[in-house]
Amino acid sequence: MTSPLIIDNARIVDPASNTDQLGAVLIENGLITDLAIGGPAGVPDGAEVINAGGQLLAPGLIDMRVFVGEPGKEYRETLASAGAAAVAGGITSFVMMPDTTPTVDDGALVDFLIRRAEAQSLARILPAAAITKGLLGKDITEFGLLKEAGAVCLTDGAQSIQSSALLRSAMGYAANFDMPFVHHVFDAELVGDGVMTEGLFATVLGLKGMPREAETIPLARDLQLAALTKVRYHAAQLSTAGSVTLLEAAKSGNTKVTAGLSINNLCLNENDIGRYRTYFKLNPPLRSEDDRQAMIEGLRSGAIDTIHSDHDPQDSEVKRQPFAEASNGAIGLETLLSAALRLVHSGDLNVMTILRAMTARPAEILGLDTGRIARGAPADLILVDLDYPWQVTEKNFRSRSRNTSFENARMQGKVMRTLVGGKTVFMNEVQE
Amino acid sequence: MPQHSSSAAGSSGDFPPFRQRHLISIADLKQHEIIDLLDRAERMIDISRQERKSHPTLAGKTQINLFFEPSTRTQSSFEIAGKRLGALVVNMSVKTSSVSKGETLVDTAATLNAMRPDVLVVRHGAAGAVELLSQKVGCSVVNAGDGAHEHPTQALLDALTIRNHKGMLAGLTVAICGDIANSRVARSNLLLLGALNVRTRVIAPRTLLPAGIENLATEVFTDMEEGLKGADVVMMLRLQHERASGKMIPSVREYYRFYGLDAQKLGWAKPDAIVMHPGPMNRGVEIDPAIADSERSVITDQVEMGVAVRMAVLDALLPARNQA
Repeated sequence: MTSPLIIDNARIVDPASNTDQLGAVLIENGLITDLAIGGPAGVPDGAEVINAGGQLLAPGLIDMRVFVGEPGKEYRETLASAGAAAVAGGITSFVMMPDTTPTVDDGALVDFLIRRAEAQSLARILPAAAITKGLLGKDITEFGLLKEAGAVCLTDGAQSIQSSALLRSAMGYAANFDMPFVHHVFDAELVGDGVMTEGLFATVLGLKGMPREAETIPLARDLQLAALTKVRYHAAQLSTAGSVTLLEAAKSGNTKVTAGLSINNLCLNENDIGRYRTYFKLNPPLRSEDDRQAMIEGLRSGAIDTIHSDHDPQDSEVKRQPFAEASNGAIGLETLLSAALRLVHSGDLNVMTILRAMTARPAEILGLDTGRIARGAPADLILVDLDYPWQVTEKNFRSRSRNTSFENARMQGKVMRTLVGGKTVFMNEVQE
Repeated sequence: MPQHSSSAAGSSGDFPPFRQRHLISIADLKQHEIIDLLDRAERMIDISRQERKSHPTLAGKTQINLFFEPSTRTQSSFEIAGKRLGALVVNMSVKTSSVSKGETLVDTAATLNAMRPDVLVVRHGAAGAVELLSQKVGCSVVNAGDGAHEHPTQALLDALTIRNHKGMLAGLTVAICGDIANSRVARSNLLLLGALNVRTRVIAPRTLLPAGIENLATEVFTDMEEGLKGADVVMMLRLQHERASGKMIPSVREYYRFYGLDAQKLGWAKPDAIVMHPGPMNRGVEIDPAIADSERSVITDQVEMGVAVRMAVLDALLPARNQA
C-alpha cells in the first residue's frame, strides 16, 4: 500500500469526458479514485500533494504505432530504452509492432514480450500480433491464440498485404475474434522503386517518385472489404488528401472503421527532405503541403481518429546512405506531444482535439481502460507545460537511436511529469 | 570562338577565384559562375589543340576518379583532363572492390579521404550519393553523374558546344528529346540552359516525362513535329531500351517511328539546327545512324569540349581549395 497522492490545482483536460477545467485528482493504489472538478480536493490523512500550479493534467498518451528492436535488433532499441523514451514523451502505453526478429506471430512470443516489458519498461507495452506468418503476406496467424496471449490488435506492421483474397479472409477471421485489424496500405507495384512522393520535388532531386494512388487504391479496396467482413478496421496511417476523402465516405456507412496519422505527416512535408536528408525518408513518404493541410482538416472533421509517433529506430549504418538506398523511418516517442503542440500553437487545432487523438480514441479502438481521467481508471497521467521552450538535442534522447525527424527543432510545450499506475516514472529536468 | 594566345594559357590568374569547393549540381552555380567556367574551358580548348598539351597547374595534386558505375568515356575524359593539367590521376572502379564486400559509401569516402586526394571525381548510381560523399571528405568533389539527378560537366560541355557553333546561347531554342524521366543529362541541361536564358523544350512520350517537368522546361511536348519546330539545337538522349521496352514504351520499333531522330524529323527543326547526343548512342533506337554521322551532328565536338570543360572545372576548383 502506497500513500494516497493528490494532484491539485491542475487544468484537467480529459477528452473522454470533454472536461477542460481546474481541479484535482486523488490517486490510490495506482488508480484514480476521486476527482474534484472546479475546486481543490479534500486531502486525506497522509496524502502526498503535488501542486500542479495550473499546468495541464491529461491522460497518459497511447501511441498506436511503435517499432522496437527487441528481440533481434537490441542495438537499435530495447523494451527498456523504448519505455524510458516513451514516458519522457508522456506516452504511458504503446502498441509494439510485430516487426521484430523473430516476428511476433506466435502466442508464446506475445506472452514473453508482456512479461519482459513488465519487468523492463516504464511504459505499458501492448504487443500487436502479425496478421500473416513472418509478415510475408501469405498465411494468416492464429488470431484466437494470439488474442488469448494478450495481443491487443492485428497488424503486419510496416508490411502491406497485397492480395485482396487473403485480406478478405484475414478480415473475416479477425471479425470472428473481434480483434482490431490495423493495416498500413501501399500498392507495392505502384510504389515500385519510388522513394518519395511523385512530383516536381522528386524530379528535381532525380529520385523515383510514387503516386498518391499507391495509397488510395489499396485503401479503397480495404474499406470495401472492411464493410463486407464487418471487421473493426483501422487504416494504420493516412497521408494523402484523397485518403481522407475515402475515410469520410466510408465512415458515413460503417461505424467500425477508424484511421490513424503519423505525427510526421501532420507536422512535415516533402520540402523537409531538402537535399537528400534520409531522416525524412519515411513510409508513408512525406507529402505536399496540401496533403498536410488535409491531415489537419481530417483531424478536425473526425475522419482521422488517432495520432501516433511511428517511432522507428534505425542506426546510422542504414541511414547514412544515398537517399534511395537508406532505410525508412524516424524515431518519435520523445517528440510526439511537443510536435503535436505545434499545431495548437499555430492555431490549427485545439488541445482537446490533439489529446483526444492520442488518448481517448486509441483507448476506445483498442478497448483499453486507460486514456481517460475517471474514477476507477488506472492513474496513467501526464502534467504538461504548454509553453515550455526547449530544443530537441540528440544527446538527450533516451532512445538508443538518433534518427529523429525533429533534429535540433525548437519546441514549445513539454511533458513535466509522467505517472504510470500512480507512480512517477518521469520528471522533466531543466536542460543545461 | 574567342581567340587566346598560347602564352596567356600559362596562367589562370586573369580569372577571378572560383568560389565553389565542389561541383555537385548546376543548381548550386550562379549565372556568372557558369559563364566563368565556359570561358575557362574556351582556353583549355586551345591548350588541348597544341602540340604540347600541357598546362601543369595541378602538378603535385592527386585526382581520384571514383566510378561506382562503369563509364569508359566520362572516366577517360576526366583522366585526360587531369593529366593535361599535370595531376596524378588514379582510377578506381568500385563495382569490383570493397563496396561489394559490404563497405558503405561513407566508409569508402573515409578510406579515400585518408589518402589525401585533392579532388574526387565521383559517379554513382544513386541520386544524392555524390553530395553525401562530399560531406564526408576534406577535398573537392566533382559530380560525374549521380543517378537521375545531375551530370553537371555534361551540361557545361553541351553549352560550350552550342556556344561555339551558334556563337551565343541566350535566345536559342534547344529541344531535348527522349527519356527525360531517367536522365541526369536532361536535368543538368534544363537548369544550365535556363540560367543562361535559353528556351528549353522537352519532347517525349508521357511515360518518359517526369512529374512536374513543366516547371523545369520552358515547354513540354509529346509530339516531335510540334516540339522540333523552330529548334536551333536537337539534343537526343539515350534510351535504356532493355529496361523500358514493354513497360514505358511498347517496342524499339515503335519508339523509333515516333521519337527516333531521322531526316524527316530533323527537317522540322531549323535548317541550320545542330544535332547533339551525350553518348553512348543507340543507333537505330533514338537516332538514325545517317543523322549521327552527318555534318549536322556535333557529337564528336561534344567529346572534345568534354575534356576542355573538365580541365576548366578541375582548374577552377582546386586553387579555390588552397585559398580556403
